[in-house]
Amino acid sequence: MLSVTGLSKSFPGARALDGVDLAVRPAEVHALVGENGAGKSTLIKVLTGVYRPDEGEIVLEGRPVRFATPLEAQRAGISTIYQEVNLVPLMSVARNLFLGREPRGRLGLIDFRRMHQAADEALRALGLRVDVRRPLRSLGVGAQQMVALARAVAADARVVVMDEPTSSLEPREVRTLFEVIRTLKERGIAVIYVSHRLDELYEICDTVTVLRDGRRVHTGSLAELDRLRLVSLMLGREMGEVRGKGRAEFTGAHRTSGEPVLEAIDLTVRHSLRGVSLRLRPGEVVGLGGLLGSGRSETARAVAGALPADSGRVLVAGVPVRTGSTPAAIRAGISLLPEDRKAEGIVPGLSVRENIALAALPGLSRFGLVDDARIDRVVDTFVKRLRIKASSPHQRVGELSGGNQQKVLLARWLAMRPRVLLLDEPTRGIDVGAKAEVRGLIDELADEGLGVLLISSDMEELIGGSDRVVVLRDGAVVAELTGAEVTEERLLRAIAAQEGGGPDD
Amino acid sequence: METGKPGSSGSSGSSGSSGKGVPAPMAEERLGASRAERLSALAQRHGALVTLILVALAASIGFDTFATGDNLANMAVSSAFLAVVALGMTFVVITGGIDLSVGSLFALGGVLAAWGSRYGTAVALLLPLAVCGVIGLVNGVLIARARLAPFIVTLAAMLLARGVLLSVTDEGSTTYLVDETSFFARLGQDTLLGIGVPVWITGALFVMGAVALRRSRFGQYVYAVGGNEDAAALMGAPVARTKIAVYTLSGLCAGLAGALNAAWLVSGVTILGAGLELEAISAVVIGGTLLTGGYGFISGSLVGVLLLKVIQNVINQIGSLDSAYQQVVSGAFLAVVVIAQTWLGRRRRML
Amino acid sequence: MTEPAAPRRVPWDRARTPAFLQGYGVYAGVAVLLLANVLLTPHFLSAENFRTQAVQVAPVLVVALGMALAIGAEGVDLSVGSVMALSTSLLSLYLGYGPWIALIAAVVGGAAVGLANGSLIAFVGVQPIVATLALMVAGRGLALVLLPQLRDVRDPGMAALGSQDLLGVPHPVLIAAVLALAVGFTVRRTTFGRQLLAIGDSRPAARLAGLPVRRVLIVVYICSGVLAAIAGVLATARLQASDPTSLGTLMELSAITAVVVGGTPLSGGRIRIGGTVAGAVLIQLLTATLIKHDLPPSWTQIAQAVVIVLAVHAARERGKR
Repeated sequence: MLSVTGLSKSFPGARALDGVDLAVRPAEVHALVGENGAGKSTLIKVLTGVYRPDEGEIVLEGRPVRFATPLEAQRAGISTIYQEVNLVPLMSVARNLFLGREPRGRLGLIDFRRMHQAADEALRALGLRVDVRRPLRSLGVGAQQMVALARAVAADARVVVMDEPTSSLEPREVRTLFEVIRTLKERGIAVIYVSHRLDELYEICDTVTVLRDGRRVHTGSLAELDRLRLVSLMLGREMGEVRGKGRAEFTGAHRTSGEPVLEAIDLTVRHSLRGVSLRLRPGEVVGLGGLLGSGRSETARAVAGALPADSGRVLVAGVPVRTGSTPAAIRAGISLLPEDRKAEGIVPGLSVRENIALAALPGLSRFGLVDDARIDRVVDTFVKRLRIKASSPHQRVGELSGGNQQKVLLARWLAMRPRVLLLDEPTRGIDVGAKAEVRGLIDELADEGLGVLLISSDMEELIGGSDRVVVLRDGAVVAELTGAEVTEERLLRAIAAQEGGGPDD
Repeated sequence: METGKPGSSGSSGSSGSSGKGVPAPMAEERLGASRAERLSALAQRHGALVTLILVALAASIGFDTFATGDNLANMAVSSAFLAVVALGMTFVVITGGIDLSVGSLFALGGVLAAWGSRYGTAVALLLPLAVCGVIGLVNGVLIARARLAPFIVTLAAMLLARGVLLSVTDEGSTTYLVDETSFFARLGQDTLLGIGVPVWITGALFVMGAVALRRSRFGQYVYAVGGNEDAAALMGAPVARTKIAVYTLSGLCAGLAGALNAAWLVSGVTILGAGLELEAISAVVIGGTLLTGGYGFISGSLVGVLLLKVIQNVINQIGSLDSAYQQVVSGAFLAVVVIAQTWLGRRRRML
Repeated sequence: MTEPAAPRRVPWDRARTPAFLQGYGVYAGVAVLLLANVLLTPHFLSAENFRTQAVQVAPVLVVALGMALAIGAEGVDLSVGSVMALSTSLLSLYLGYGPWIALIAAVVGGAAVGLANGSLIAFVGVQPIVATLALMVAGRGLALVLLPQLRDVRDPGMAALGSQDLLGVPHPVLIAAVLALAVGFTVRRTTFGRQLLAIGDSRPAARLAGLPVRRVLIVVYICSGVLAAIAGVLATARLQASDPTSLGTLMELSAITAVVVGGTPLSGGRIRIGGTVAGAVLIQLLTATLIKHDLPPSWTQIAQAVVIVLAVHAARERGKR
C-alpha cells in the first residue's frame, strides 16, 4: 500500500532521517516506535507533506508520490491524527468534519441539513453520538479525537497515521479507539500507529518498525518480538558496553546519609502523573527511568512548581513547599534544569553574565541597582569552575554551543545555592566532550551534598550516574532499583514489565 | 439576522433518538461542563442585544424625545455608516487580526467619492472602492505573506491613507461638494418607505455579509483561520488567501461607508473618521466577537453599533452631559467585555 | 546607550549587513539627513532652527522611551496619546493649586492609566494591544469630560517650562535628555531592567527562573503611562494651551516608529535607548526637511508610513498582531 525507501532528511546541524525504509500493507496496523530524536516525528511529517525529503522515494499504491502540502497528502489518501487534537475548537463538530469539503446546495451555499446528517452518520459509524451542531470544545478530549479520526477517514483515506492518539485519553476512550482501528482494518485501511505504551502496541499492532538516531534498526512481526527485546532495541542497549567499573566508584563515592532533603508525596496531575512519590537524600543522585511519555519530565516539573499538581505534597528538608509556584520552589531551594533548554532555559538575547545572574539578581543588587562587581565575581567563579567557554562574559548565550548553554544554566542555579537539583536531560544535544564534563559536574555537586534528580534517555548515563533509579511507567512509579540492582538489565525489565504484573523478576 | 444562526436552518437532520433541543447525553461528556458552556455562549451571543433593549426601553421611558420617529430615523442613518465599517471589521477580527486603518480609509473614501461625483455616480462609487480596496489588499499581503504584525501594518496604512487624503485636498483646505441633484447625492439623501436609502443599503450588506460568513466556504475558512491557524493550514484551508481577502474586504467596506457618508453630507468632509476604527472595534467586540479570533457573528456587530449609537443619543439627550462621556462609556464597555471574554475563556479551559 | 558593553569588532561580511543596518542604520539615516540639509537647506545651520527642532522632538521622545519599555517586554502601549490628553486636562484643571500640584495630578493620572493597562495584561491576561486599546478610547473620553475644549494656560511656571532655558538648552529638551538617561540607566543597571529584558526575550524561561513576571509587567506599563503624562505636560507648556481633543493623536504611531526605527525589535527582549533617541530625531528631521522644501504635510505622513513598514519589515519578527 505505502512504501518508503531510502528516505533522508537533514536539518541544519542534525541528520533527522538517514536512509529509512518502511513498508505498510493494506489492513495492517504498523507500530512505529523509537525514543526522542529517533526520527519518528520527522518521518511522519515527511509522509504527511509537512516536510519534503532530501532523498528517497515514497510510493503509494504503486505510484511514486511527492507532497508539497498536507492538503496534497490528504487528497492522495494519507490522513493524520495528531497527538494534540488539531481541529478548530470554537467551530461546531460538523463544520470541523467538513471544513473545505462542505456539501453545497443552491447558489453555492452550504447545505447545513445535509452536512449535519452526513456528520451524524460518520460519527455514528465510529460509535460516537453527539449533537454535531455543538462547538467541538464542548466535547471531551476522547470525543474530539474521534472527530479528528472521522475527518481523517472520511477524506477517503487509504493510510491513516496516528501520532500518539491515546496520550490524553481515558482508558475507556482508548477501548473505543481500538474498536475503530479494528473497523478500519476490516475496511482494508492501513494504520501507522505511534505510541510509547507497550501494552497498547501489543494489543493493537501487527508489525513494528523501530527507529533509532534517524535509522531503522528493526522491522518485523510484533508478536514475535518480546518486550525486553523491543525496549532494548529502542534504547539501543544491545551491545552492552557498560561502565561497570565506573559505576562501582560512583556508588562508593556518594554514600548518603541522614534525612531526605526532598520528599514528593503522591503527586498527581491529570493525564500525566498518578500518585508519584519519591525521596532524595543529600548527596544522592536519583535517576528517573522510563520511556518517553512515562511522566519523568512531568514529575520534575511538578516538584519545581512549573506544573500545577492536582494533589500531592512536596517537602524540602521536612518543610512543606507550596506546589504550583515556581518562586516558592526556588526559595525553598529547588532548581530545575528544564528539558527544552532553548525555549524554557536560556534567555537567548541576554549575555552569559546576565543569564547566570538572572535568578540570583535580587541578592546581587543593592536598592534595586545591580552590583556589577559582585556579579562579576560570581560569574567569574562559575565560568572558571564549570569551564564555560565563551569569547567573553558579554557574549550572547544564544551564540554558544549546547554544552556551554547547559553549563550557563547550571551556573544560574548554583548561584542560588540550591539544595535540590532537578536535571531533565542535562546532556541531550551536546557534544561528547561536554557530556563528560557535565556528568563530572553532577558527581561533584552530589559530593558537595546536593540532592540530584537525574532524568536521562541515555541508559548508560542513567545507570552510571545514579545511586538509585526510580522507574516510571504511564505516570506511576513501578519499581525502584537500589545498590547492586542498578543495572541495565534490571532497568529494561522494569520498563518492559506487563501492566499489572509488577516488576517481573 | 435570522440567517446568521446555524441552528435556524430547519430541524436537525439527525434521525433517531436525539430530539431537536435535547442533545443525546453522551457517555464521554461531562454534563456540567456543557451546561456552563451553553450559559456562557448565551451570554456572549445575546448579552449585547439584551443590554440594547434595556437601554432603549429606559431611554424611551426617560426621554419623550427618544422614541420619536425623527430621532429613530436619524439614529438609523447615522448608525449605517459605522455599521458598514464594523461589518468589514468583523471579518478581520474573526480571523484574529485587527484593522486600524478603517477610520482614515472612511475619510479618504468620502473625499474621493465627492471628487469623483462630478464624473458621474459610477466613478463616485467605484473610485473610493478601488483605492480603499487596494490599500486593504496591500495590508493583507503584508500581514499574510510578509508576516508583519497586523496592528503596525494597519497603523501605517492609516497614516498613508491620511497622507493621500491630504494630498488630494490641497492639504485639507479643499472640500469637494456633491451636486445635490445628482443621483449619487440621492443615494444618501432619499428615503424609501420612510427609511433612508443608506439604511437599506446597510441592511442589504449585512444580510449578504451574514450569508457569506455563515453559509459560504469562505466563511468557514475565516472562522478556521481565527480559531486555530495551524490546524486550519493542516486541514487544507488557504490561510494566506483568507487573510488577504478579509483585509481587502475591510478596506472596501470602509471606502463604501465613506462614499455613502459623503452622499449623505453632500460633501467630502476631510476631518471625519478620526477614532472611527476604535468605535468599529468596540462595536464588534461588544457584539460578542472574540478579539482573539475564531468566534463571532455579523448580527452581533450590528447590535454593537446600535448600542453605541443609542448610548450616544442618550448622552446627548441628557443636556448637561458632555458628548465625551460617549468615549468613556464605550472604552469602559470595551474593557468590561474583554475582561469577561478572557475570564469566560479561561474558565472554559479549566472545565 | 544600551548597546553591548564591550565593543566587539564586527566582521564586515554580507550576512551581517542586515543586522548591522537594523542596529545602526538609524544613526546613518540621521547623519545623511543632517548632511543633506546642511548642503541643501538654507538657514539650516542656525541655532534657532536646532532649538525649534529639539523642542519639537522632546515630547515624542519622552513617549517613545515608555514605548520602548513596553515593546521590550514584548508588548505595546497604544494608550499613550490619550494619556497625553488626559495629562493636559488634569494639568489645566489643577493649575489653580499651583504648577507642582498640577504636575503631580497629571503624573498620577498617567500612572493610573498605566496601572489599569498593566493589571489587564498581567492579571487578566488580555493581550497588550487590546488592553491598551480600551484605555486609549476611555482615556481620551475622560480627558474630554474633564476639559471639554481648548483652554489657554496662563501660568508663569508653565510659561517658563515652555520657553526658557538653562545654559542655552531649552527646558523640555533638558527634561527629555534626563529622562532618556534615566531610562537608559534603568534598563542597563537595575534589577528591574534585567528582569524586563529577560521577560521580553523568553517569558517561559523567565517564569521558570522565578522572576516576578506580573509585577515587572505592571511597573512597565505604569512607567509608560507616567512618561506619556510628562510628555503631555511638556507639549502643553510649549503650546501654552490645553487641547485634549487633538493633543497626542497619532502619538502612539510616532512613538512606535521611533522605537522600531531605532532598532528595538517588536518581538521584545532588547531595548536600544540610543537608537530610540536617534529614531525620534530621524522622524523629526524627515518632517522638517520635507516642510522646509515646501513639500506638504501629506508627503510627510506618506513618508512616515513607508519608513515604518520598511523598518518593521527589516526587523521581520514573526508575530501575530
